[in-house]
Amino acid sequence: MRKFIITVVGHDTVGIIAKVCTYLAENQVNILDISQTIVDGYFNMMMVVDAVKVTDVTKMSQELAGLGEEIGVVIHCQHEDIFNMMHRI
Amino acid sequence: MININEVLETNKMIEQENLDVRTITLGISLLDCIDSDLERLKVKIYDKITGTAKDLVSVGKAIEEQYGIPIVNKRISVTPIALVGGAACRTPEDYVEIAKVLDRAAETVGVNFLGGFSALVSKGMTASDRLLMQAIPQALAQTGRVCSSVNVGSTKTGIDMDAVKMMGEIIKKTAELTKEEDSLGCAKLVIFCNAPDDNPFMAGAFHGVTEADAVINVGVSGPGVVKTALSKVRGENFEVLCETIKKTAFKVTRVGQLVAQEASRRLGIPFGIVDLSLAPTPAIGDSVADILQEIGVEYAGAPGTTAALALLNDQVKKGGVMASSYVGGLSGAFIPVSEDQGMIDAVKAGALTLEKLEAMTCVCSVGLDMIAVPGNTPASTLSGIIADEMAIGMVNQKTTAVRLIPVVGKGVGEMVEFGGLLGYAPVMPVNPYSCEAFVNRGGRIPAPIHSFKN
Repeated sequence: MRKFIITVVGHDTVGIIAKVCTYLAENQVNILDISQTIVDGYFNMMMVVDAVKVTDVTKMSQELAGLGEEIGVVIHCQHEDIFNMMHRI
Repeated sequence: MININEVLETNKMIEQENLDVRTITLGISLLDCIDSDLERLKVKIYDKITGTAKDLVSVGKAIEEQYGIPIVNKRISVTPIALVGGAACRTPEDYVEIAKVLDRAAETVGVNFLGGFSALVSKGMTASDRLLMQAIPQALAQTGRVCSSVNVGSTKTGIDMDAVKMMGEIIKKTAELTKEEDSLGCAKLVIFCNAPDDNPFMAGAFHGVTEADAVINVGVSGPGVVKTALSKVRGENFEVLCETIKKTAFKVTRVGQLVAQEASRRLGIPFGIVDLSLAPTPAIGDSVADILQEIGVEYAGAPGTTAALALLNDQVKKGGVMASSYVGGLSGAFIPVSEDQGMIDAVKAGALTLEKLEAMTCVCSVGLDMIAVPGNTPASTLSGIIADEMAIGMVNQKTTAVRLIPVVGKGVGEMVEFGGLLGYAPVMPVNPYSCEAFVNRGGRIPAPIHSFKN
């Protein structure tokens, strides 16, 4: 298991989740958990994914960021350890 | 499992509050390069640095990508060169040659600063130490990336006043040789008391002789994160204030710990320490002075500032120590003037003076840092300021440092622009009365007594 956290933040619009999920499916990335909320009118989504079959994670991050630009949202893909370290003792 | 609010909090810290890892600093021992032949020594130094640090920058970038956290600087510190060059260098010019090799090695591996053009003379100077110190002005004028530091005192040994006197003159000479760039050379020169062996921050970083062959040290940052956290507890009492700082410092330091471990693993070089520092930059919202204002003083320098800084410094340590397995370096809040927008504003408003800054250094992690003073300040006055600051460190068993820039051709109130992370600053007034007779006495100030603490 190689867990990454994908966050999507931006104006809500039709098809955000569909486009991100399509990309992930095409790249053999398994989604373990999705949560979504609207904060101050902004769409916020977090996905926990397993990218064990992805050889080049940097490329995946860049492609997801590019996909975000197309949709008009900001997409980050970060290793889960940064959040575990900061929020868990 | 991590929840969405925690993820959003972390990303807000990074994107809006300037959370970053300030530096991954690779310490490299050059003791095994020592040679009596200068040319051979130069080759060995260049090969050791470029060999050990060849992957430093690329690994730093990969870690940035993996965690989505900016790592602002990748840097190198080396064994104090006065120890390495002693057998080969016969003149100051020989040491300048070594500085150029260090500069070239830093450029080759792609780091922006390399520290360690240094001498440790807290009790006395060897011939080699003197030659290196004499070479500092030329070395800093002729290189771009090399940083220099001289440790002139310690709690155990007292203060070497001969070295203090010499350093006043060396600062003046460095200012003169780099006058075309607002005496920028002085921004790369630090004079220390109780200098730590494992400091990752420039310009005072060097790789101490007690360290392993190579080691990874990481310096964290995050004044903006602390400021934002404190803005949510305005008007609350000191208990709430301190708890908030501690919790925030914990989170910031954990990121440093993660990056340090990962860098160590990927480079195959042992992890040394995390330096738990609040290191400001000139960017808006990345200021230690803003935290002091948020705590409740109108400007940094107003009455109450020293107490506020003492509290801040202590809580950062308390929160940070638990977040990292090994803590070291300078650890605490930095109060440079030119690198902190809030400090610059405080000086402009007349709220912050050199004397108040000196008082603040009694309770924070470093010292008189990045302070522009008039270019016509006498060398003996610079030495007097250095001696005062060293005495604070010596008596209080803490690190203190001086990084003053006597800007050639500029007077009180004029602005000086250093550029980038070094920022800009108004020239501050210096007490006009002389200390020449004091500085000219020669010899040492004895080590202080370690009992009868009052």
